[in-house]
Amino acid sequence: MVSLNQLIAVCLLYVVGLFIVAFAAERAAIRGRGDWLLRSPLVYTLSLSIYCTGWTFYGAVGYAARSGLEYVTIYLGPSLVMIGWWWLLRRLVRIGRSHRVTSVADLISSRYGKSNLLAILVTVMAVIGVTPYIALQLQSVTLSLSIFAAPAGVANGVLDGRAEPINTAQAAFWIAIGLALFTVLFGTRNLNVNERHHGVVIAIAVEAVVKLLALIAVGVFVVWGLAGGVTEAMTRIDQSAIGTWQVDGGRWAALTFLAAAAFVCLPRMFQVMVVENDEERHLQTASWAFPLYLMMMSLFVVPIAVVGLDLLPAGSNPDLFVLSLPLSQGHNTLAMFAFLGGFSSATSMVIVATLALSTMVSNHIVMPIWLALGQTSVQQSGDVRHVVILSRRVSILFIISLGYFYYRASGGSGALAAIGTISFGGVAQFLPVLLGGIFWRGATRMGALWGLGIGFGLWVFTMLLPSFGPDAVLSAATLEQGLFGIGWLRPQALFGVGGLDPTVHAVVWSLSLNTLAFILVSLFSFPSPVERLQGAQFVNIFDHSSPARGWTASVAASEDLMIMAQRILGAAEAQAFFRAQAQLQEKSEGLPEPTPAFVQALERELAASVGAATAHAMVSQLVGGASVSVQDLLAVADESAQMLEYSSQLEVKSRELSDTAEKLRRANDKLTQLSHQKDSFLSQVSHELRTPMTSIRSFSEILRDAEALSPQEKTRYASIIHSETIRLTRLLDDLLDLSVLENGEVTLNQQRGSLRDVLDLAVTTGQAANIREIKIDRDRDSEDVALETDLDRLSQVFINLITNAQKYCVSDAPCLAVRVHASGSTVAVDFIDNGAGIDADARDLIFEKFTRVAGQGGEGAGLGLAICREIITRLRGEISYLPDSPGTGFRVTLPTPQPGKLQELNRFAASA
Amino acid sequence: MTKHVVLVEDETNIAEAIRFLLGREGWRVETLANGNAAVEVIRKARPDLVMLDVMLPGKSGFEILKELRADAGFADMPILMLTARGHARDREMAELAGVSRFMTKPFSNAEMLDAVRELTAPGSLTA
Repeated sequence: MVSLNQLIAVCLLYVVGLFIVAFAAERAAIRGRGDWLLRSPLVYTLSLSIYCTGWTFYGAVGYAARSGLEYVTIYLGPSLVMIGWWWLLRRLVRIGRSHRVTSVADLISSRYGKSNLLAILVTVMAVIGVTPYIALQLQSVTLSLSIFAAPAGVANGVLDGRAEPINTAQAAFWIAIGLALFTVLFGTRNLNVNERHHGVVIAIAVEAVVKLLALIAVGVFVVWGLAGGVTEAMTRIDQSAIGTWQVDGGRWAALTFLAAAAFVCLPRMFQVMVVENDEERHLQTASWAFPLYLMMMSLFVVPIAVVGLDLLPAGSNPDLFVLSLPLSQGHNTLAMFAFLGGFSSATSMVIVATLALSTMVSNHIVMPIWLALGQTSVQQSGDVRHVVILSRRVSILFIISLGYFYYRASGGSGALAAIGTISFGGVAQFLPVLLGGIFWRGATRMGALWGLGIGFGLWVFTMLLPSFGPDAVLSAATLEQGLFGIGWLRPQALFGVGGLDPTVHAVVWSLSLNTLAFILVSLFSFPSPVERLQGAQFVNIFDHSSPARGWTASVAASEDLMIMAQRILGAAEAQAFFRAQAQLQEKSEGLPEPTPAFVQALERELAASVGAATAHAMVSQLVGGASVSVQDLLAVADESAQMLEYSSQLEVKSRELSDTAEKLRRANDKLTQLSHQKDSFLSQVSHELRTPMTSIRSFSEILRDAEALSPQEKTRYASIIHSETIRLTRLLDDLLDLSVLENGEVTLNQQRGSLRDVLDLAVTTGQAANIREIKIDRDRDSEDVALETDLDRLSQVFINLITNAQKYCVSDAPCLAVRVHASGSTVAVDFIDNGAGIDADARDLIFEKFTRVAGQGGEGAGLGLAICREIITRLRGEISYLPDSPGTGFRVTLPTPQPGKLQELNRFAASA
Repeated sequence: MTKHVVLVEDETNIAEAIRFLLGREGWRVETLANGNAAVEVIRKARPDLVMLDVMLPGKSGFEILKELRADAGFADMPILMLTARGHARDREMAELAGVSRFMTKPFSNAEMLDAVRELTAPGSLTA
């Protein structure tokens, strides 16, 4: 028989061992060594095993003994989350890391606009929900101690807590003190959660191994030592009630769901999974390794339960079969090992849960109160860092003593598993708000407050209070007839829905009404700007990681921020942080400028130590004495956006106006120009009309008045009158032709024909005009080009060009070369004479009306080329002066019909 | 003594009519079809009358007028300007430049001959 003192000595040794391990880990971490272990996915996975508490170590067997395979649900829930909801956990971890979240309360408060009220609510709920769980661990340790302490006769665990020898209660007290000491020592060494609690994590990893090995050892002993092998064990299981598959679907679903929800929401799980997470990819390993761990933990539960029920006397506490089976067989060492496994389960849970809860209590309750009490204190009071650490340590003591007193007060009532379920139900109330917060941007603070409040209230009413038993808190009458005697307010049959399993009933009602209230209130409430910003950041965590909140920190002196940062982060860390920030700002020395980006980074750094809301409040005090509230910033941003909008509208308007003005100006210029053109045109026309009329008038007067004119003179003067009349007529014809062409009133007579024919006609006509002899040099072969155009108009142009050459080519042996270049879809016809050419400055003008080239005689009115240009434009071609030709050269470019078109034309011609 | 007129006119038919009309009156008519040489010719010939068209190849009638009037020796020379341009502004410009008489084409023969006589009568004042 192991004496109690021996046991306590072993315990003490074990705890000392843990201290050493934790201490060594901390030292290694500070020196930057041992990362392969400290930051390994294995340690991360093992640290997750704090899910398996004393409840799972001892209680699972008890559960199996009482309710068969239902105990599997508590392993099934987390396994499903780990395997199936891996992406959800990754999202949580990413959010937690990028927002330097310190706890589940911090996450929820941060998501919903850094609401302190929400943080307090979540903290209170977590403390109320988890305290019984801590008490449960203490109870499991003392209960297991009592097995060893009890006289041999009652060693089978028939005793319950109330019958314990007094020294086990004392043991519970000392265990609580020890755990508090451990947590204080290794949980508050460092304020900044970014520097993880390596000591704590490595200690719980060791404990994870111890408890797994212990359970497996007992299992192996039971299967091979007691049952006589796997086959015999299976036979026993088949014969027992546990082996029969009795599944209450509702209960299974509810319990699996509850375990899954608790796995995500439990503060201690959040602590190891998110806060202590080193790298996201560790989650990948854990997603298969942790379910494997759970499976090994659950492997021997049924055999132990079955064999325990078989071998141990009736009335033995099945929660303690893990211990009492080896003890009953006299295997003290194995029993001792099993005890250490249970002890590990319990202590690791208490340490981490206390750490997590104390962070919440300190950051969300103690620090805000302390800040509120000493408004001006951030700068003036002493080292804030000490205050924070003190607050954290006091909180740890508070949480552990709360657990201890709950344990004392409850006197160890109820089965372990029942307390576990109740606790799960409490923390599961966070789930809708948590999931809604990271997946639904529309979730609001009011929605979260209402959802949490209603869920929590229902949990208390339907699960927590009834668990104390009739007349403990709720009177038996209330339980029977409902609150205030109202039938539908019965705690275990709300709204008249009776006949359900109490757990299912409580879970369904609390969570569904929680979710409903959360969604409805969110839909009907309006989120504040901060909430919207945070919501966007949380929901779109994979899109961006930079926080959107800003400070205008022009008034915050860097020195003040430095003083504060030193007090919270510690001098070395603060200085390192400021140096890094200064480097970021590319300042070689001195403090960084208090830019909004820097203040924001600092706030996040502080948030890692004291939580988002508190950090925000602290920075607010320094930055300009008053914080630039996010609402203000947003209002300003909104205004700027509006102004921008307005000014861009103005800009558009002004652009439109100046465009219109420009158009008007151009139209006016055009009109003025047109008016000038009209004046000059009229003046030109008048001049061109008056000139022949002068001759006509003069000679007709001579013919009329003069008596002594020779017949030759009379004939000559009459013929002058005649030719001037013809000139007038031609001028009028040209003017009318030009007017028709310019107004686009001309009807083109499209015909098919050969370029050669058109040139033949033009040359004949030009030479018939009898102006002056000119040699026309043609290459008739090249002229075989098919055309589809107004051939008469084209020939008019050619005639004009030929007669111009006749009139103006100054060579002694005038010659006009006609050259044809067909290429693709166009044909170019060049008319180049061997005259003097046209001066460069006159070339631009020759196609204008009434332009005659200076120094060239002739009687033309200067309309010919203008008419040519109009005609060619109508024929979709171009006419231009050839600047590099030897004499005067013009090029007429015309489109030629495309093959397809040509075929069509041929067909048309054939059918016609 | 035969009176001498320099006629600067590029329209051959108009030049011929004027030559016929003034020739009958006993004038020797020297015709120039281009404005460029006009000033030089007039300076050398010192004619009794200058008749100028406005729109000419080379120098315009206005340019010739201005150049002549700029020369003190030709300040009093009678200059008759004939133009087919109908602008009132042309007349103003010509008078400012010191033209002796400004006539718009087409003119009547009698009108033109009267003007010539007036401008060249002994003791007559040029504009």
